[in-house]
Amino acid sequence: MTVAPARGPAIEVRGLTRRFGTFTAVDAISFDVAAGEVFGFLGANGAGKTTAIRMLIGLLAPSGGSASVAGFDVATQAEQVKRNIGYMSQRFSLYEDLTVRENITLYGGIYGLSDAAIAERMASLVKRLDLGRDLDTRVKSIPLGWKQKLAFSVAVLHDPQVVFLDEPTGGVDPITRRQFWELIYATAAQGTTVFVTTHYMDEAEYCDRVSIMVDGRIAALGTPAELKERFESRTIDDVFVRLARPGAAA
Amino acid sequence: MTRADPAVSVSALGKRFGDVVALDDITFDVRAGELFGLIGPDGAGKTTLFRLLTTVQLPDSGSATVLGLDVVKQYRAIRSRIGYMPGRFSLYADLSVEENLRFFASVFGTTPEAGHQLIAPIYSQIAPFAERRAGALSGGMKQKLALCCALVHRPELLLLDEPTTGVDAVSRREFWDLLETLRADGLTIVASTPYMDEAMRCERVALIQRGRILDIADPRSMGGRFQRPLLAVRSAERMRLLQALRALPHTHSVFPFGDAVHYADARASRDAPDLAAELERELEQQGITDAEVAPIEPGIEDVFMELMLREPAEAA
Repeated sequence: MTVAPARGPAIEVRGLTRRFGTFTAVDAISFDVAAGEVFGFLGANGAGKTTAIRMLIGLLAPSGGSASVAGFDVATQAEQVKRNIGYMSQRFSLYEDLTVRENITLYGGIYGLSDAAIAERMASLVKRLDLGRDLDTRVKSIPLGWKQKLAFSVAVLHDPQVVFLDEPTGGVDPITRRQFWELIYATAAQGTTVFVTTHYMDEAEYCDRVSIMVDGRIAALGTPAELKERFESRTIDDVFVRLARPGAAA
Repeated sequence: MTRADPAVSVSALGKRFGDVVALDDITFDVRAGELFGLIGPDGAGKTTLFRLLTTVQLPDSGSATVLGLDVVKQYRAIRSRIGYMPGRFSLYADLSVEENLRFFASVFGTTPEAGHQLIAPIYSQIAPFAERRAGALSGGMKQKLALCCALVHRPELLLLDEPTTGVDAVSRREFWDLLETLRADGLTIVASTPYMDEAMRCERVALIQRGRILDIADPRSMGGRFQRPLLAVRSAERMRLLQALRALPHTHSVFPFGDAVHYADARASRDAPDLAAELERELEQQGITDAEVAPIEPGIEDVFMELMLREPAEAA
């Protein structure tokens, strides 16, 4: 794997813009995310989150501005960006018809890990997630909560510098949701930057900092405590409602 | 059926799919005019329950009535009197907003005009997009259209399976505001959700997990079900705090809650303020000197997790 220059923020975004025809989906956004930070990326449906993430993971070219992820430019070094990040979404992450073992081996291979490295990571994963009995079970037969934890672990199998999580905890029970966040903390504590989107506003409070996108722009950015203070709100949910639909404040 | 009869009555209902027990001996009533919530994660059995109540699937055991009618013997009579919004987007993406509404009305032998009074407050919010294809609407707008289509034949009972999943926090609030308006007009509503915070919008909720009902109660009084002192603990060193709390001798449960950690003590009789002072001292001995400890009232998620821990074989 290519080693990125270790200096500077893990994600650096400057005036990043994306237009579709006459519509500006992402309008000159700028922010930094530090190495090892858990960064919450919030916004209403249609605010431009997905477009912004697609640019950051090297899948969509920006119309203007720049961004670097893990030290690589998303416009000119998209392939290096992809090799140095992990990605997990609620909709797709693992192959349901493959077993747990086959999924880990497949992704290890895609990420370019050696057989020895795959075997070593498989062993540590099995121990951490208590997957011993289910290693040869097809992913579609394991409970949703475990599937989500496994998907996350596979997304960070290659020790990426940054991992993107797109609504990772949708529909899971509250205990599993918390176990998932503890996995996130443990990963961040090892220096991996975690970039996460969620519709659960209480989950925003687990993040070191959160940004809230409204109509293609970043309307607020700060620690959860700062945002609650600045917008005189008791919860991030209230902050979100104030920003995303100013007329609709409860 | 009179106003005093339950709108939904479920008795020892069971349903399996092969080896999977989707519903395990479920019993509850929904009162006429009530906004009743089914709160639980994916796979809890919420959708199966809706499929039995809407008569699209048959129970293996037990019985249920909807509007006083038996879900097996009188399924035909039930179908025209209920409105159902399935979890997946169920409208025709290639038809316009207006066409979808007209189609669903005609299926029930009526017209959008006949149902106008009931749907007007909701439809007015999507009316500016009447010509737009349903597939091109935003998530929140799709849900409002689906709600209109479920209401267009003026049902007496509305069944909503996860109407707010995947919808942003603002649209979720607006959607629950609409449900409250409908309930105030006398409609009985049963809605499911995996979002614990939405429980507070219901008059009563059933907490459901792995095919079983853990508890049924008014969400505002549910905290009383938590029979232990509960403390919120904050420290800049989150990981160390979690580990330290779990290693204490009288720990019952430790869960992260946003920027805090909720600690429940195994000694149910201990006074919470005393316990807070004791905990602060113990954490200090372990080198966590910035810990802030405060007694708090348990919320619905605290209760849900506590009930999950009590369930046999819940090795969560």
